[in-house]
This record gives sequence, C-alpha cells and structure tokens, in this order.
Amino acid sequence: MNEKIRELLAKLGNLPTPVETLADDADLYTAGLSSFASVQLMLGIEDAFDVEFPDHLLNRKSFQSIAAIENTVQQILAARKVA
Amino acid sequence: MNVAAQVQLESLDVRAARVAEVARQHADAVDAEGRFPAEAVAAMKAERLLGIQVPVSEGGEGASFSDIAELCSVISQACASSSMIFAMHHIKLSSLVEHGFQSPWHMAFMARVAREQLLLGSATTEGGIGGNLRNSICAIEIDGDRCRLEKDATVISYGAQSDAILITSRAGKDAAPSDQVMTVFLKDQYTLERTHVWDTLGMRGTCSDGFLFRGEAPAEQVFPQPFAEIAAQSMLAASHLLWSGVWYGIAADAVAKAQAFVRAAARKSPGQTPPGAVRLAEISAQLQMVKSNVIAGLKTYEEARHDGEKLSSMAFAVAMNNVKICSSEMILPIINGAMLVCGIMGYKNKTPFSLGRNLRDAHSAQLMISNDRIYGNTSSMLLVHKQDTSLLG
Repeated sequence: MNEKIRELLAKLGNLPTPVETLADDADLYTAGLSSFASVQLMLGIEDAFDVEFPDHLLNRKSFQSIAAIENTVQQILAARKVA
Repeated sequence: MNVAAQVQLESLDVRAARVAEVARQHADAVDAEGRFPAEAVAAMKAERLLGIQVPVSEGGEGASFSDIAELCSVISQACASSSMIFAMHHIKLSSLVEHGFQSPWHMAFMARVAREQLLLGSATTEGGIGGNLRNSICAIEIDGDRCRLEKDATVISYGAQSDAILITSRAGKDAAPSDQVMTVFLKDQYTLERTHVWDTLGMRGTCSDGFLFRGEAPAEQVFPQPFAEIAAQSMLAASHLLWSGVWYGIAADAVAKAQAFVRAAARKSPGQTPPGAVRLAEISAQLQMVKSNVIAGLKTYEEARHDGEKLSSMAFAVAMNNVKICSSEMILPIINGAMLVCGIMGYKNKTPFSLGRNLRDAHSAQLMISNDRIYGNTSSMLLVHKQDTSLLG
C-alpha cells in the first residue's frame, strides 16, 4: 500500500520535491501539497483501493503524511470488513 | 471606575449604534474623497469595540463571531467602508484569539490590543501570486532571535492607519510557496512605501493602498503554527462570516430605504397600493434569504469552533464558501430591486433614498476573494466531499 500511495503521490501530488526523498511521516503540506492536488490524490486513492472517503475523514489530518494516508485507507478497509 | 470599564457596562448594540451614528455623518465625505473614516474608527476605539473579541481573562469581552457580525451589520447600514474596516480588524484579531494561546508573546499582544484599542491590518496579497493568498513569494528571514521580511503587498487595507500588521510569507527561503507563516509587526517595526493608490468604484474608505513592506522584529512575533492551519481553522470562516455581516447591512439599508419610499407613497394616496409595493415584497424575501444564510453560517461555525477536526473538514470549508457566495451575489439584485422601487430618487445622490453608494460598495463583495476562485475551490472539493442533504444537519 505504501508503495502505491507513493506512486500516486508522485503522479498527482505535483510536489516540488521528489517523493522518494520524503519520509513516511514528512508533512506533505509543508512539502508543497496544494488543496487542489490533495483532492486529485484523494480521487486517485479512491480509485486505486476501491474505497470512498467518508466525510469525517476528509480533513487535513487524514492527508498530512504518507503514513497518515495509509492509516486512513486502513481505517476504511477495516470498517468495511466489520460491516 | 475608569472610563473604559464604564463604557463596557453598556450593551454592544448600544455602543455600535453610537458608532454608526458617527459613521453616518461622515459616510458621504469618506466616499467622495476616498478617505479613511477616521471619525468612525475613533468612535470604535472610544466605545472599546476593537477588543471585544479578546477573552475576558485577557481584558476583552469574549464576544463571539455572531456578536461581531451583528455589529458589522449595524455599522454597515450607515457606512460600509467603516464596517469593512471593523470586520477586517476582527478577522485579524480572530487569528490571535483562536491561535495565540500557544505563545506568550501573542497572548500578551492580544491583551494589549484590548487595552490600547490597537487597529490591526492585514497583508496577505502579494504581487505575482495571482490573488491566491495561500501562496507566498516573499520569505521571512530568521536570524537568531530576530526576523526580517520584505513584501510587495499589492493591497494593505488601511495600511497607513494600522497600529500593527499581520503579514504572511513563506516560512523560510527554502520553503515551498504554500508553506507559509504569519507574523505580527508593530507600527514602529516596519516601513511602508506606497506603490498603488486605492481609487475605486466603491468601498472607497478602506484605503486599501499597495505598499512595499519592510519590517524587522523579534522572531517570537512569528505565529508558532503554520498559516495553512490558521487560514483553514479560523481566518476563512471569520472572513466569510464577518464580510457577510457587512454585506447584509448594505442590502438591509437599501431595503429600508425602499420601504420608506413605498410607505411615503402609500400615505399620500390611501386606498391604493403604490407601484413599488410588490417589488418591495420581493426584495424583502431575498433579504431574508441572505439573513438566514448568514445566521446558518454563524451557527455552523459556533458549533464547530472548539473541534479542530470539524474546522479543518471539507464539509466546513464548503459551507463557509457557500455562505460567501450566497451573500455576495444576492445583495446585488436586492439593491437593484430597491433602486427600481425608489426610481430616480434612488438613482440621484443626496436624497433620503440615494442608493448609489450601496450599489457601488456592494459590487466589491464578489471580488474580494473572487467568487470564481471560490467556485473553483468548492468544485474541486465536491469531487470527493458528499453534500449533506439533511435539512437541520
């Protein structure tokens, strides 16, 4: 999952810094992730993992870092298993 | 009891009504000469209205956005420029009140704003960023315990009259354009060199000249949290809600004039409905829509205020964007309708029904943060955010 997220971030994030140089917990907004690019990234992730972000997870924190995105997607997948 | 404490015993409404009276006396001159409404701002200071948002524990009165939006509306019905200055000051103060508690310097400064009634200005726009205040070109230079900043600020409203300016920049020379911080500079810590003169269609009294800003201050005056967080959690909401209070006031004043016109006509010919009466009913309904919209927005904010997650959610951003769009667009047909009711008496200057200033001031609403930019921003969020379709939720 981490790799896929990094691949999408490289494609859609429009970051001035190469994604390989970012640590999992690096702040993506500080790295230059714009609000438009973050929406594109969300759409890409929804498509790649076949998930839909519920509204309560559509906030800055869920997309703050690669680790946060991974955690957010895991949360949705786990909730789906329970249901 | 000192004078300040005595003033503060009276209700906010009473004090704002006195400010509105002063603002009204000078509104036409402020508009005609494009000058700063010094008398109205002096009255705001005398009525201690510049510090009301500061919590009681820090010497203010703990006024909410709803309280302040109401005062914006009251003052705007007399002079929209004065009201806009009041609104912009409180938008800046909200950054201190909502985000200043992590830093001793900002805490002390907010108390000082209340005590000394300091007028806060804002420098978020910059030449070359294309109107997107979430990007900066200029960068703050932090050198030990000092910070320095030079910014080509194409607009600083009442910059020349501000007692302090809150200014955005990149967090450092290597930071990305969106990696911004905000810093407070006091009047004796900066110089302003005028680059653009504010000679506009309306809102002529805000004196939003352009300046080359050069400042140097202790580094502790930089807000500790990123500007992105301040913008998302309080500034965006404060701007859209308090501006909407100002705009509602412009439209409410136009409807009041139209109603006075219709009532005067009705009294002259009893038994007949005056020709403008139906149109008045129409704009009254439209005004109610604007009012409901602003009230709903204020309620949404007050409910989310202490919930950081809610404040930074897309649902909240979309709701605030929609408040701004609705109030800035709706006031124009309302004022136009009032003009149709009052006819030539509304079109002419210096009659009791003159609507020229209302109409010109109101046209600024859809431009201060361009509605097209806001629509773009909302439309991108709607690609992932699903609209809440409940009525009360």
